[in-house]
Amino acid sequence: MADAIPVSVTVNNRTRRGLVEPRLTLADFLREQALCTGVHLACEHGVCGSCTVLMDGEAVRSCLLFAVQADGSRITTVEGLAPDEQTLHPVQEAFRDCHGLQCGFCTPGFIISVAAFLEANPNPTDDEIRHGIAGNLCRCTGYQGIVAATRQAAAALREEQP
Amino acid sequence: MSSTAATAVRYVGQSVKRLEDPRLVTGHGRYVDDIMLAGMLHVAFGRSDLARAAITRLDTSAAEALEGVHAVYTAANLNHHNDSLRSSLHPPETPAPPANMLADGDVRFVGDPYVMVVAESRYIAEDALDLVDVEFEPLDPVVDYEVAADSDTLVHPELGSNLAHDLKVPNPAQREVFAEAAHVITETWHQHRQTNVPMETRGMVASWQPHAGVMEVWASTQSPHELQHIGARVLGTGEHKVVVHFGDVGGGFGQKIFLGREDMAVLVAAKLLAVPLKWIEDRRENLLASNHARTEQMTVSMALDADGHFLAADVDQLEDDGAFPLGGPASPGAMATMLYPGPYRMGPVSWRARTVYTNTCGRGAYRGPWQMESVAREQMIDRVAREMGIDPLELRRRNVLRPDDLPYLVSTGLTYESTISPDKTLEQAAEMIGYDEFRAEQSKERERGRYLGLGIALYIEPTSMGMGALGTESAMLRVEVDGHVNLFMGTGSHGQSLETTMAQLVADELGVRPEDVTLHQGHGSGYGFGTGGSRSAVIAGGAARAAASGVRDKVVAIAAHLMEASADDLEVADGVVSVKGTPTASMTLAQVAATAYKDSDALPPGTEAGLEHTARYKAPPAVHSNACHICTCELDPGTGQVTLLRYVVSEDCGVLINPMVVDGQIAGGVAQGIGGVLYEHCVYDESGNPLASTFLDYLLPTAAEMPDLECGHVVVPSDTPGGHKGTGEGGAIGAPPAVFNAVADALAPFGVYPNRQPLDPDTVLGLIASAGN
Ligand code: FES
Ligand code: FES
Repeated sequence: MADAIPVSVTVNNRTRRGLVEPRLTLADFLREQALCTGVHLACEHGVCGSCTVLMDGEAVRSCLLFAVQADGSRITTVEGLAPDEQTLHPVQEAFRDCHGLQCGFCTPGFIISVAAFLEANPNPTDDEIRHGIAGNLCRCTGYQGIVAATRQAAAALREEQP
Repeated sequence: MSSTAATAVRYVGQSVKRLEDPRLVTGHGRYVDDIMLAGMLHVAFGRSDLARAAITRLDTSAAEALEGVHAVYTAANLNHHNDSLRSSLHPPETPAPPANMLADGDVRFVGDPYVMVVAESRYIAEDALDLVDVEFEPLDPVVDYEVAADSDTLVHPELGSNLAHDLKVPNPAQREVFAEAAHVITETWHQHRQTNVPMETRGMVASWQPHAGVMEVWASTQSPHELQHIGARVLGTGEHKVVVHFGDVGGGFGQKIFLGREDMAVLVAAKLLAVPLKWIEDRRENLLASNHARTEQMTVSMALDADGHFLAADVDQLEDDGAFPLGGPASPGAMATMLYPGPYRMGPVSWRARTVYTNTCGRGAYRGPWQMESVAREQMIDRVAREMGIDPLELRRRNVLRPDDLPYLVSTGLTYESTISPDKTLEQAAEMIGYDEFRAEQSKERERGRYLGLGIALYIEPTSMGMGALGTESAMLRVEVDGHVNLFMGTGSHGQSLETTMAQLVADELGVRPEDVTLHQGHGSGYGFGTGGSRSAVIAGGAARAAASGVRDKVVAIAAHLMEASADDLEVADGVVSVKGTPTASMTLAQVAATAYKDSDALPPGTEAGLEHTARYKAPPAVHSNACHICTCELDPGTGQVTLLRYVVSEDCGVLINPMVVDGQIAGGVAQGIGGVLYEHCVYDESGNPLASTFLDYLLPTAAEMPDLECGHVVVPSDTPGGHKGTGEGGAIGAPPAVFNAVADALAPFGVYPNRQPLDPDTVLGLIASAGN
């Protein structure tokens, strides 16, 4: 591969080394080389939030970053949230409980965004929730279940970490 | 162990948590783009930037020479594989545009694919597209559908006219009533171009196995059997050689029920190259070239007596088909006009429906494809109410169908069964919103310069239509050796939660838990048209029930023999067969299954070994559901901004299988309706250039724009097994007129009469500015 650049990215606690073209997006690197296909692409122009992942703890849109920009960073995708195969992360649990998803395509991005949002604002009002998640698009749910899930997850997370 | 009889309803009616969710919330869904096959190559299409043009030069040699490019196809090397792309719903005798996979000699809308590149990555495929040497001679396009029928410029010269469809059904009785009526009021209502926007775009992976002659396909589809059916036709092979794997599908709303030209091109190229191919549509392609909808208008005249009773109506619909409508050129306009009377005593109706071709993206099915009937009727009723000085709720009360009227034969030929309840949903919604209190508040606030509005929409929706290819679905149910239930169905769940709701139906019928049932769709299932048209609950559900009940009979017969009990004394619940009242005398379904498969000599004499049953359910002509939407809004006359305050829906979808899922379907449809009226617009300029090609220009509602939704349920069971009615599309039918009417009501003090959408801030400000002119 011409111009291939070595990168090393820690994805969900596992270090992935790869040779990437400079133009390879972080999203494509995560999907195709790290095999984190939970990173979804619904616009590839930074509006829908489906591709959201945590990069060194910050929610970022992986379609707007190049893989080389993530060199040396720690990435968490939706696959990395649940503590084990039997247990869901409180945000994931809440999405299931509250019917926060239908087709599920927007869901990984929403779950990461909500997790990051609640980290920054553990006790949000409904209005703060609605604006806090307005950077992610869902075409199925009308957001009713997603707002309810965010509310439930906020309470669950507060309980976990008093 | 439960002592409830297995036939008693236990899981149906409960908000059972979805079986789909554990994989979807953890990123382990399997959507088409997640399929990665060894040696797989990637497809990109080159598309026209002009609305109408002749292709005067097309040289692909430089693209072919690029490293990593495996093939470049044009019409010359693909189109001889064209076979009819006709959908099963499109009668062969109706004329249609040429079914070219790739544009041949000329392009007919912006986005028309004329070249296809296959390369080692999508990146390289797109690089190669830049190297395609193409020249166009621009031609004048037909962009405005209102004048298309009279234009000398033809979108499809082969067809000789831009008029695709013209159906006229005059009713002399209507004319007589009009001549005598106290009032005749006329208006033309316009909807505007919108598109489905599933968050997952269209896409396909196709893998040809030479010599075996098998095409394996993974696709984002609502209708795996339609894909198999048409795919086989295009590939010139048997349907058994087209194996469609059905994974997770990220929404569709009608867009993925019909096959696209690109899908067919991918199948053919995968066979020619004998290499697995992947095509994933990007968002720009999806917004410009997938399908559009709702570019239509309806001119309505209604006759009323002095008390506001509806006497007759004349309805004339005109719709834009675009260049290549998905699923055939016959527009839903005929249905829209037939359904115009809705939930009212409307009297005799004359109707006409026309569809025209333009050089724009083709029309396709979008959730509630004929909802123009409700848009035009409900907006018309509010207009009539205002002109006659009657409260809009009161006017509806005077005309709504009541139990005494049922069953009801509509003048346009439809029959409503006795199980509809429009009067009840109207009253429930009015009570939920606090109608009288709102009106009092509204007039008080108007004096203080606050502009509040309320909009009502009441409708009846024909669901689960039992005609033609749509009429039936099948279910094959097998209890496996370990007692687990596998259910194979022709559906295509893409957000509707069928893995859960079908499992709930089977659980109750067979006497197991929902988690004991696994739904398999696609390959291995029996023919069905798939999921769309609010048909799965009734039609697929009817099949699932019948299959489960067949197996249950056998389970009980075998268990009765093994336990030396009478079949009548047995019940099945949670996977255990027991003697009623003696729970200790029992055996598990797994034990029954083990006997059925592995110890068939122990079966009752004459019993066939194994534990499976296949059933097909045929739906009645239609199962009507109904609902009433009421919303309130505040309008800022300074900015033109509309804020929705409250939104209530009262609906009757019969017996709810899973209330959480029903409310979810309603909410999603309502969001699409709100988006449609206030924000979303596929704008074309005069030369046919689409201006909304990203999510920055095509504005979907976000959580910040959506009000809290309050749902009420009226339950009048239908006459179908289980008493269900379809409800998937309803939200998108009721919301547009409810929102429109609310905004029109808020604007009423300015003395203006909106008749077209979108009601974006500019339009609203324009209306206010026009006040008094
Ligand atoms: S795919 Fe990255 S924001 Fe839409
Ligand atoms: S669940 Fe389908 S897009 Fe959000």
